[in-house]
Amino acid sequence: MLKHYKKQSHEIGVYLWIWGLLFVFSFFSYMVDYLDFEGTIRWTLIVIFMLSKAALIMAIFMHLFWERYAIVNVLLWPMTLMLLFVGIMAAESEYTLLTRLFYFIAGS
Amino acid sequence: MNRSTLPKGWDGFAHDWAADQKVFKGMSWGKAMMWIFLLSDTFIFSCLLISLLTGRASTAVSWPDASVVFGLEVFGVSVPLLLIAIMTFVLISSSGTMAIAVKYGYEKNRKLCAIFLLLTALCGAAFVGMQAFEWTKLIVHEGVSPWGNPFGAEQFGAFFFMITGFHGTHVTIGVIFLLIMARKVWRGDFDSGRRGYFTTMKSDYLAIEIMGLYWHFVDLVWVFIFAFFYLW
Repeated sequence: MLKHYKKQSHEIGVYLWIWGLLFVFSFFSYMVDYLDFEGTIRWTLIVIFMLSKAALIMAIFMHLFWERYAIVNVLLWPMTLMLLFVGIMAAESEYTLLTRLFYFIAGS
Repeated sequence: MNRSTLPKGWDGFAHDWAADQKVFKGMSWGKAMMWIFLLSDTFIFSCLLISLLTGRASTAVSWPDASVVFGLEVFGVSVPLLLIAIMTFVLISSSGTMAIAVKYGYEKNRKLCAIFLLLTALCGAAFVGMQAFEWTKLIVHEGVSPWGNPFGAEQFGAFFFMITGFHGTHVTIGVIFLLIMARKVWRGDFDSGRRGYFTTMKSDYLAIEIMGLYWHFVDLVWVFIFAFFYLW
């Protein structure tokens, strides 16, 4: 059965490298908190390290780098679309906060 | 079907989807279905994390400082997020050993594959153990509940238990299946063609890569939880 399917067999060094890189990125993102970065720089760094780790795991550990575009596109576009959902809910929560502050302070 | 004659890249994308045949060429149905399941799981975790960010951004009360709440005292020095950092490194290591187990699975290296599966399960169990420790600390010693906590906004507890609990459940299920798979591999089921207890079907080392996809996904989700819950 195995011979009919594409074998995802790669050099062990590839996995060890990615393992090491994931450790480095995790250490960096921990440092963001440890060194008390605040505001835009904090969020930017967190997102950069998060996406780098996610990309390494999906591309190498989950073998997406070697898969055909047929499956890669099925997975990545819906995940990208979640950003739209994030945007909608960000706007929604701003509005909720505004009304809360308004009524809590205005008093009814 | 010879994969090497198929067009690659975007041409391959158009070819595979327009062929009026099965779309995911060179991929077993089990692996394709695991990917589809993981995509649906992505939506669930996305909804949980987006509701966390919505809840946090819309509350008028100050949000608890995660690096203080999850800090640990080591020899009298308080280190922020220490336990979470250790959990992160343990889970990443389990992903590393899983990737190596998949590699040995494809090489039909029975013993090394089983050993690395066991190592992965061990790291996973350690992760769940540390999570249990963390929950106990928060619930018993610090009085965090889904409806209130001493640190700030009440929603904090509800989001914390829901998100880390749902992720911990995934890890626990993964550990159970890793142990089952390790037993099957060690016994040589994939070499001897022994039939599965539940499925009564023969299986092979492809099952290890599918198991690996699930396990890497659990690690992947933790990357996002670590970023949005603990660091944000």
